[in-house]
Parts: sequence; structure tokens; C-alpha cells
Amino acid sequence: MKMMNCKDATQLMSERYERTLSLRERLSLKVHTAMCAGCSNYGQHLDVLRKATARLREGNMGSER
Amino acid sequence: MTNASAQAVSPPWDDASITAIRRDMLRFARMQLRDSGAAEDMVQEALMAAMTSAKSFAGRSTFKTWMFAILRNKIVDHIRTSAREISGADLVGRAGGDAELEDFDVLFDQRGFWNPDDRPATWADPEASFEQDAFWQVFDICMNNLPEHIARVYTMRELLELETAEICAELGISPNNCFVILHRARLGLRECLESRWFQGEAR
Repeated sequence: MKMMNCKDATQLMSERYERTLSLRERLSLKVHTAMCAGCSNYGQHLDVLRKATARLREGNMGSER
Repeated sequence: MTNASAQAVSPPWDDASITAIRRDMLRFARMQLRDSGAAEDMVQEALMAAMTSAKSFAGRSTFKTWMFAILRNKIVDHIRTSAREISGADLVGRAGGDAELEDFDVLFDQRGFWNPDDRPATWADPEASFEQDAFWQVFDICMNNLPEHIARVYTMRELLELETAEICAELGISPNNCFVILHRARLGLRECLESRWFQGEAR
């Protein structure tokens, strides 16, 4: 199996929030992120974005004012 | 529950708390609508709705969370009624523009791997950043840096929490196109936050 590139990996990491990835997609993503620190960080950053937008939704920005 | 206890959780309508909340509501609405006038209207409507339905504030959530829920509902209603007026075709036309695709493509080399300068780094303690007002100002700037149609889809998804299927249907774009737009929003936002906030934090 050809190694997935970062462009495809980032697209799949985003789509993970929108649809269930196939087993094949999950596997190739796992193989890729295990070897790619940049994409591994990218995946964590998408979670940070998720948490940030959840905060915005709740009006929970910054310390109490 | 007696009337007395119901009154105990009535919303705090004093000027100071409203002013602070109103400012954050405006920021939220502007992020979503990209139109100061429309944002002002939405916030005003939400405030009026909150005042007339103060009884439904159960005190279970914080006052601000409750106000934001009302605002979100107002914006969702607004988008649902005006979606038919937004030209979906126009949106797709612009979303499919190659110029923008190339904008994000520059992050990767010809084989589709990160350019060394654009490779995502480690972010130090994002939770601590969330507590800083300066972080949210940067977030605001980064959201504004996104092309308008990309930001629209992204905020519908993440700030209003609409299902992707509904967003695509409202805007008349294919699910695949929706996925690509959301992906570009995340790429752009992440890149901006790293260069404008987290890079400085780590050093």
C-alpha cells in the first residue's frame, strides 16, 4: 500500500468530524500519523479548534469578566 | 418549587453584566454573519427575547450560556429563512475557484507532504490560552482571514452546530464540496493560529 501523503491525511482528519471513515481510511491514517509528527500535531490541533469553537458557542471565552 | 425560589434564579439584568455579555455576543454574531449591522440586529433581538422569556432561565446554565443559546437560535432562524436568498450556485462557484485551492496547496510540496516551514509544531497548553482574552482576539482575526464563503460554512458547522447534511442542503452544495470547504477552513484557521499565537507562546 502506497503511503498516504500529508495533504490527504489532513483532509481525512477533517472529514473524521463529518462522517465515519472506512476501515481502510482509518488504517492508512494511523500508519501515516505514526510516522509523521506534523500530521500527528495537526490531528491534535483540530481537537483544539473543536474545543475553542465549543467555548465560543457557550460564550465561555477567557476568564470571568 | 415556590415562587420565591423561582425568583432566586432570575437573570442578572444589571448593566455591567449585560454590557460584557453583549460585547461577546456581538463578537460571536459578527464571526457568524460577517455583517456588523446584521450582527447588531441579531444581538438586539436575542436580548429582547431573553428579557421576555426570563422565566425560562432555569439557573441550570450560567446566564451567559443561556443568552448565547438564545442568540444561536436567532441566528439559525435567520440563516434558515434567508438561505433561499443566498445564492448557493454563487457559493459553489467561488468555493471551486482554483485560486483558493492553490492558496492552501502552498503548505505542501509537490508530493503532498508538509513544507518544512509549514509543518505543524507542538502547541503549548491550549487550555491556558483559552483563558486569555488576547487569544480570542487572535482567533477573531484568524476567522476573519478566512475567505467569506469558507467561514460561513465553517461557522454554521462549528458555532451553530448544524449538521453537515443540513448545511449542504441549505446552501445547495454537494456533501463532498462541503467536506472540502470545512477542511480548508480548518487548514487556514490552524495555520493562522499557529503563526499568530502558538508560535510566539512556545518561544
